[in-house]
Amino acid sequence: MKLPLPLYSHVVRAGFPSPADDYVSEALDLNEHLISRQDATFFLRARGHSMMGAGIQDGDLLIVDRSLTPTHQSVVIALVDGEFTVKRLYKRADRIRLLSENPDFPPIEFQEGQELQIWGVAIHVIHSLRP
Amino acid sequence: MSNFALVDGNNFYVSCERVFNPKLEGKPVVVLSNNDGCAVARSAEVKALGVKMGTPWFQMKDLAQKHGIIALSSNYELYADLSNRMMGILGTYSPDQEIYSIDECFLSLDGFERYDLLDYGKEIRQTVKQWIGIPVCVGMGRSKTLAKLANHCAKKGLAGLEGVCDLNRLSADERSALFSKIPVNEIWGVGPNISRRLTERGIAHVESLRTADAKTLRREFSVVLERTMAELNGISCMSLEEAVPNKQQIMSSRSFGQYVYTLEPLGEAVASYIAIAAQKLRSQGSLAGMVQVYIRTNPHKENAPQYQRGLSIPLPEPTDDTLRLTAIARWGLKKIFRPGFAYQKAGVVLMNLRDTGTVQPDLFSKHRDNTRLMQVMDNINALWGRGTLHTAAEGVHKEWKMKREKKTPGFTTRWDQLPEVR
Repeated sequence: MKLPLPLYSHVVRAGFPSPADDYVSEALDLNEHLISRQDATFFLRARGHSMMGAGIQDGDLLIVDRSLTPTHQSVVIALVDGEFTVKRLYKRADRIRLLSENPDFPPIEFQEGQELQIWGVAIHVIHSLRP
Repeated sequence: MSNFALVDGNNFYVSCERVFNPKLEGKPVVVLSNNDGCAVARSAEVKALGVKMGTPWFQMKDLAQKHGIIALSSNYELYADLSNRMMGILGTYSPDQEIYSIDECFLSLDGFERYDLLDYGKEIRQTVKQWIGIPVCVGMGRSKTLAKLANHCAKKGLAGLEGVCDLNRLSADERSALFSKIPVNEIWGVGPNISRRLTERGIAHVESLRTADAKTLRREFSVVLERTMAELNGISCMSLEEAVPNKQQIMSSRSFGQYVYTLEPLGEAVASYIAIAAQKLRSQGSLAGMVQVYIRTNPHKENAPQYQRGLSIPLPEPTDDTLRLTAIARWGLKKIFRPGFAYQKAGVVLMNLRDTGTVQPDLFSKHRDNTRLMQVMDNINALWGRGTLHTAAEGVHKEWKMKREKKTPGFTTRWDQLPEVR
């Protein structure tokens, strides 16, 4: 069954009856369930195994909300040397780190004066059971 | 008293590319027009090298080599997607919004008297930057013309703070001083011709136009310029939605004789509606800044699943080119089409119309390339009947692809081209 994810379409001013942003049917809408702020939500593809422990596997779909404030323990998308990385944020008064969930991947520390750029907060991971 | 904000993206196409390629930050980047022809967007670094808008790519190659300028083909799908998001976000900051182009919108600030508008502007900037990664500037003034001017000041650092400029914060003297330094061609609606003629009469800066004699302006130029002058004096003559006087929309639609179930015939229908609408557009001497496409099932058919959806697509530059409008309408159609419905009607609307004369001509767009073609097509169709000459999209299945060799992936429009994260 196809689960369509409609693109945002804003109010139509032309005299055409204003189309609802939701389907008329009463079926459950996955979009509504998973996404609160459509304008700030993006889909990213996870690669590698650094976050296996969090249930994120290679090829999984990540739903990322850029409107959320990254807090301690959030799974975030960060920019490290210009590359996107997905890690768990460790944020305490004295220390900021990006932690992986795989013993093969060491934590990334941020020193005084170094800037950590958070691109967004990952809110869901979608893992397909079909190849 | 009216109050408006004009919010627009900085180097919009380049900024869009940087959202998913953060390594492009701080680097000189140009985005090329259709068929990789000319620079249609330049990053600040490229502007600093003196590269002008519209410079053909082949002319820039040596400079590019020397300074490591990165050239990218236009990724219109990406820009339209980020634009839709931006307009969605901006629309929450005012009950009244007018989307002016792919990266600009007006917001009504009527009723915001108790707000600290500089703070409001900063909040808008911060939110848009965080939520979609696009840097914007905010200009505020008592008329749309002043809001646009304020935005220019914010962008160039002539007034305001950190990309936000509220002209109402300045005293009358401060405004006069500021306006005395801005050349008259920076005013919305004052193109190169009018600006040259004004300068010849000693009106070279905004302040001189603002204080000119209204009657003389109307007599020697037009009522439009007189209105611009009133707007510069804080008298709002244009409400939201009303870009230029007496421009409406051009609609073209039809209910189908038989229900349509698949994309291909819908695409052909949409292409033919665009052809009709575009011809009307050209005959009234207008360009369209936005295309809307919609489809729907028969609401009166009992027990049938219902679906109706419309999508408005702002254009990178206003055009009257059937080919361009068709491509955009079909792209939009693909977005809204869902299989499994019996479609009864499709339609298109050409919106945000501007006079061909008032739009500053672009050096490089398809619009210019195809003007002669459009004229020939119109002439032949007028003589031999509509549809004698038509675009391939209208009924013959043909390949039509523009050269876009350096295009970035469909980060937000293709499941198989999503940005990757490790």
